Amino acid sequence: MFFTLAWRNTWRNKRRSLITVLSITFAVLLACVMRSLQIGSYERMIDNSVRFYTGYIQIHKNGYWDDKVIDNSFKYDTSLQRTVTTMHGVKLDVPRLESFALTSFRSQTKGAMVMGVDPQRENKLTNVKEKIVRGRFLQEDDEGILLGEGLAGYLKVQIGDTVTLLSQGFHGANAAGLFAVRGIIRFALPQQNNQLIYMSLPRAQWFYAAPELITSIALLIDKPAHTTRIVSLLKSKTDSNQIEIMGWRDLVPELVQSIELDNLSGKVMLWVLYLVIGFGMFGTFLMMAAERQYEFGVMLAVGMRRIRLQAVVFLEISLMTVLGVLLGITVSLPILTYFYYNPIRYDEEAAKAIESFGVEAIYPFSLDPVIFTNQAYAIFIMAIVLSAYPIWTIYKMKVVESMRP
Amino acid sequence: MATLIEATGISKVYHKTTVPVHAVNNMDLTIEEGEFTAIVGPSGCGKTTLLNILGGLDYPSSGKVEIAGVDITDMKDRDLIDFRLSNIGFVFQAYNLIPVLTAVENVEFIMLLQKKGKKEREVRARELLIQMSMGDKLDSRPGELAGGQQQRVAVARALASKPRFILADEPTANLDSASTENLLNLMSQINTEQHTTFVFSTHDQRVMDKAKRLVTLQDGAIISDTRR
Repeated sequence: MFFTLAWRNTWRNKRRSLITVLSITFAVLLACVMRSLQIGSYERMIDNSVRFYTGYIQIHKNGYWDDKVIDNSFKYDTSLQRTVTTMHGVKLDVPRLESFALTSFRSQTKGAMVMGVDPQRENKLTNVKEKIVRGRFLQEDDEGILLGEGLAGYLKVQIGDTVTLLSQGFHGANAAGLFAVRGIIRFALPQQNNQLIYMSLPRAQWFYAAPELITSIALLIDKPAHTTRIVSLLKSKTDSNQIEIMGWRDLVPELVQSIELDNLSGKVMLWVLYLVIGFGMFGTFLMMAAERQYEFGVMLAVGMRRIRLQAVVFLEISLMTVLGVLLGITVSLPILTYFYYNPIRYDEEAAKAIESFGVEAIYPFSLDPVIFTNQAYAIFIMAIVLSAYPIWTIYKMKVVESMRP
Repeated sequence: MATLIEATGISKVYHKTTVPVHAVNNMDLTIEEGEFTAIVGPSGCGKTTLLNILGGLDYPSSGKVEIAGVDITDMKDRDLIDFRLSNIGFVFQAYNLIPVLTAVENVEFIMLLQKKGKKEREVRARELLIQMSMGDKLDSRPGELAGGQQQRVAVARALASKPRFILADEPTANLDSASTENLLNLMSQINTEQHTTFVFSTHDQRVMDKAKRLVTLQDGAIISDTRR
């Protein structure tokens, strides 16, 4: 009956309860949309930088990260291979040999980043095959290369053309070679698009005179959240004097910092929103306590313990809050699901400007459950804090005074 | 008859203005079990204050109130609430039913607070309401009932906890003559048949006519106490 009492009391003043519930609904909806957009952007940024480039974990020769030269390459021996591949949570190891080269075709020359990769493994990590817009993907020991679309455009090369690469190989060896263009890749990030060259790992090891050597192993893991655990386990099983193991947060610290800063500003906006809604909720709870003083007094008079009365009032507040939150999530979910699968695209002019900063020109949305649960927690915590007023009022209430007409 | 309520030297002083107001002034009053007592007097004579003190709704500034031998003046708030629930039924001038509960639920509510079982609650609530001639309004909410009907539900609610006595503060003040007559007859019948003790505060002549004892107050003191 206490629940019945609370439920019916909630709807005694239908209009006011409805306004309160709808204001909570609106707050949850707005907060979910804001957070979904924000977290969606972060996920996309992380995906672009981590999932599609660095991997969530990288293994290098100790010192390579601070001095990325081919002389800091290492041999991926069977012992290390076993340690990595048998580690729980590691789905795939992707060896790479990365360095720089001058790329030339006819009168055009440009600096490029060369990635020697195992085509199949690389594709499993970065889905690079799907990004091919012309030509074909590399085979296991292909002697040709793939070029970023921007770089290919600058060099004015077509599929089948041969470009010249010139660089410095392992321990100062000359690196020069002619490579047939097998395919053109379109990357979302302009930096990659304008300077990346893929070639097969054996070909890159030949070009840089670094047989059996690699500069990094990128790891694909089951869950990004397991990064820290896997990194520390790998560190415990390898020689830190020889090998450095880095999680994605260390691999892209600038990205992490910019996300944290942006996230903070988003949270401030949320707090402002909650504050506004909180005042609305407080108004309702204030009225609820003020206009029912007499009734509360009577209930205490006839023998209802204060704690029970407080519990009923808290239940009323909780019911309104739960309704508002559930309604908010119910409204948000289809909206966010739609935009998750159909992200909003910038118009062409804005897209170019945004892509020049290395950011994909879309508003991606996220469906991370945290988006919904966090809003629910925030509203519930607010309701608990605000319910302190009517609960305090009942605690301090003097029966006779409250029943005075 | 055994003594049910014994108030000894009770006073209630309000200090809301610069001059202290003695609402009840060094009063002694004893109520026996089974009495049908009306406390009467003009407005401001201290009737409601006295009733509040006797019912454990308010503490006296001085003096002592014992109910069935239990001193309630030193009780803590929570103990006093429990004591009221088990021992005292209240009927208020403005009925004060819970507006969102039906008649039967209002009566059941008191028994729910006493942690009585669902079946027992339902049976007793129905019995009481039928006794109050409210059998056809069991599922009506207070807003759907006339004043007299609401007051009958309030009496049923007061009786539901099987209290030692019922305090009724101006129970007929908002009722018409027919409803007043009806209600007084019901309460009188309950008093006679079940020996339930009633203490009214009133300045309604019809209540005074029914009462078996009249305690008249003036300026917070008893000026006459007559049994019929």
